[in-house]
Amino acid sequence: MSNTSVNQAKPDNLPKHKINWGKLEEAEYFAEQVKLFRQGKISKDDFRRFRLMHGAYGSRMTDDYSMIRLKLPAGELYPEQLDKVAELSDSFSIGSAHVSTRQNFQLHWVALEDVSEVLRGLVDAGMTTREACGNSVRSIMCSPLAGVCPDEIFDPTPYAVATTKFLLRNPMSQALPRKFKINFTCCEKHGMVRMVDIGLIPQQVEINGKTQLGFKIFLGGGLGAQSFVGHLLEDFTPEEELLYTVVATVRIFDRLGNRENMARARMRYLVNEMGWEKFQNLVLKERAMVKMVLSVLVKLDVDKTPDVLRKISISSEMPYIPQGYSRWIKSNTIKQKQSGFSSVFLTLESGDVTSNQLRAIADMARELTADGQIRNGFAQDMVFRWIKDEDLPRLYAKLLEVGLANPGALTMTSVVGCSGTTSCNLALTNSHRLAKEVQRKFIELKIDEDDDLRNSTIKISGCPNSCGQHEIATIGFYGGGGRLGKDMYPLYNMLLGGRADEDTTLGHTCTKVPAKRVIPTILKIVEIFKSEKRQGETLDLWMRRVIQGNGGPNIKSLDDIKELLQPTIAVPTKDQDEDFYADYGNDASYHAKTGRGECAA
Amino acid sequence: MCGLSKGKTTRVTIDADNLRSEIRDKSVKVLDIRKEEDYKKGHIPGAINLPLASLLSDDSPEKVLQYTQSFGIGDETSVVVYDDTFGALASRVAWTLEYIGHEDVSLLDITFGTWKKLGLEINTESPSTNKSNHSLKLKPQILATADYLVHAKEKGAVLMDNRERLNFLEQHIPGAINIPYRMLASSQNILKPKEELKRLMQNRNISSDSEIITYCGSVGTLSGLGYYALKSIGLDNVKLYVRSFKEWKSLEKPIEKQMDANYWDLSAE
Ligand code: SF4
Repeated sequence: MSNTSVNQAKPDNLPKHKINWGKLEEAEYFAEQVKLFRQGKISKDDFRRFRLMHGAYGSRMTDDYSMIRLKLPAGELYPEQLDKVAELSDSFSIGSAHVSTRQNFQLHWVALEDVSEVLRGLVDAGMTTREACGNSVRSIMCSPLAGVCPDEIFDPTPYAVATTKFLLRNPMSQALPRKFKINFTCCEKHGMVRMVDIGLIPQQVEINGKTQLGFKIFLGGGLGAQSFVGHLLEDFTPEEELLYTVVATVRIFDRLGNRENMARARMRYLVNEMGWEKFQNLVLKERAMVKMVLSVLVKLDVDKTPDVLRKISISSEMPYIPQGYSRWIKSNTIKQKQSGFSSVFLTLESGDVTSNQLRAIADMARELTADGQIRNGFAQDMVFRWIKDEDLPRLYAKLLEVGLANPGALTMTSVVGCSGTTSCNLALTNSHRLAKEVQRKFIELKIDEDDDLRNSTIKISGCPNSCGQHEIATIGFYGGGGRLGKDMYPLYNMLLGGRADEDTTLGHTCTKVPAKRVIPTILKIVEIFKSEKRQGETLDLWMRRVIQGNGGPNIKSLDDIKELLQPTIAVPTKDQDEDFYADYGNDASYHAKTGRGECAA
Repeated sequence: MCGLSKGKTTRVTIDADNLRSEIRDKSVKVLDIRKEEDYKKGHIPGAINLPLASLLSDDSPEKVLQYTQSFGIGDETSVVVYDDTFGALASRVAWTLEYIGHEDVSLLDITFGTWKKLGLEINTESPSTNKSNHSLKLKPQILATADYLVHAKEKGAVLMDNRERLNFLEQHIPGAINIPYRMLASSQNILKPKEELKRLMQNRNISSDSEIITYCGSVGTLSGLGYYALKSIGLDNVKLYVRSFKEWKSLEKPIEKQMDANYWDLSAE
């Protein structure tokens, strides 16, 4: 035994995770199952279902490696947990982690034999992968601004956590017809509540002079090869009814969802086929039933104890303000409803973050956030909250040191790209790399500084499945293959005008754009917009005007935009431009190759 | 601690406290294998400098024997090696000593950087050494050549690639399994606790009597650490393919890679 401890003392007023979502037995059991699978004692399909239930996807074209998805309810993370993810990535993955569009971390290229070790490590720090994949209720999301958003009525985080507590490992959510997604948001703008199976926005009403808290609940939305916008269940659902409503909806989906055809299994198809009114009635009736049966037994365990805010006392005198600070402040921070504090969004590239950066982020959270936490966001990003305004320059300087101070997090330059051909079986193109390329170029062109473009988004998927959320982007792309004669080239289908706020709309298909022409095409669209826009009009609003048929004399419809893009998207022969025929991140000529899908954003 | 007990030869690592007491007892020779300039700025008291680069420039048994004797290391002397990376360079030196027949060699279980962070004693004096005698009893059973590897592989030996995951996916010796060197370390020590290392093997269904050959990119450093990780959990039939993948490629032997994935693009810069 050594009496020299290598662990350095850390201040002990640091908040630690309150709930351990993990279970050691599950890690041990996973190791056993892998052995049995390798010995041929479990069928491939059974094993596949098992590993998905524990957050382990296959990797592109191989089952020997897994992509492990963590389940981080509400995207909440503590510094010790970030350190753990960094350590596990160094040991078993590729020294980096990937932030998904659903607030989770994903670790890629983990040997199947090591998945159980990663699960063990996660349990140590209170985390789990349980029901992060598979036909289960996936991680319940909550806006990263919940609790600090100037527009919110109350903080929905405790409800997201409580709902997770109820549903995780609950027999009722183990074998649904398909995956099931629940989002809580602070306000309409920040939570994508109309694009999921159940979306919830905090509301309050006065009843007999008393304030009653509750939610606006949307059901049956979702993105995918076919997308739908969710329907409002009723004007107001009191908080006491929250659990019953969720349980009723999940039960109806479990009973009536399409188990025959995987492509039409999500709840949105059920809602669509049945018709909203019928579905709505079913849910309300089921809820009445559930309430009779459940109310004696279960109540949602909502822990509303406010997070302890620490006094952070940094001597914030900075000798000088580092370059780029004001650009960064403008595009990466939001003033909280609590005066004197800001939330800070970190610009990552397609959600990738190195283990060293994770450790640095953990240290910054320890040192500079009053709540001592981090939240993963909805756009492959990470968020510090509760930063004192006077500490922002110091934080910026620290981020600069570790390459995390890129501007543009809350602007169009921050591009979402699913994992694409880097690891996903279904991918046709390298959407992951393309998103990085677009982002780098647009930061270089200072697109983040253009107020006309600020509210717009670019999102890219590697195939028609919308893990990259291309349908709700102002400019969205999904991968495909093109052909000239016998030569294939990577291309994207471009959709315009999608949005995810209270006017949620799915993007309209505009045209096909070769992968290597995506950047010039977006720039051309910006150019057209600039010559067409009305005073004060932003790109997304102009796009909406065009789609609604109120465009100007030159651009009346998307077809006119398509027409103007023709020279940009023309296809050269292979002799003229060999590079055109290779995808980003690959020198060899393009060929489309896919395997069995397990769906991984 | 009894300096000459038989069991001591299986000691793969030594912790800082034990090393300090052995230094006080003068019952150990410590080798610092960092660059001379780093060594001069401060090292563990009594440590002798043997920069890895010097050793690698000629690691013939005769030359290694010469070093050993000039440092005053006799057949029975306890030797402890340390580096400032993550134990891989020290492992390569330890393995070399073992190869010429020096049994009693261990790795310090932390790096010099950690030693310093712990505030343990450091000085800048170079110790004077008396020449010693050391016999030369080569241990071919811990060395694998390319030809040997091919044969052993056919007979079921496990081939372990200790390079990083992405390098492995890019290209590797056909049939190799990948245990990246980072998987062997804990956050504090150059090797994980034994139970954890054992689990890594058990999870791969590798039994303790398997023959295992470790290799890495070029000179057998990362795989040297792999070699000692396996030894630390009692696996005895382990060999180091010391010329590793660099030689394998130059011999134009077959190479395998993970097809159809752009995994490189996933790593954040
Ligand atoms: S299935 Fe999802 S992650 Fe895979 S390429 Fe398609 S959209 Fe991207």
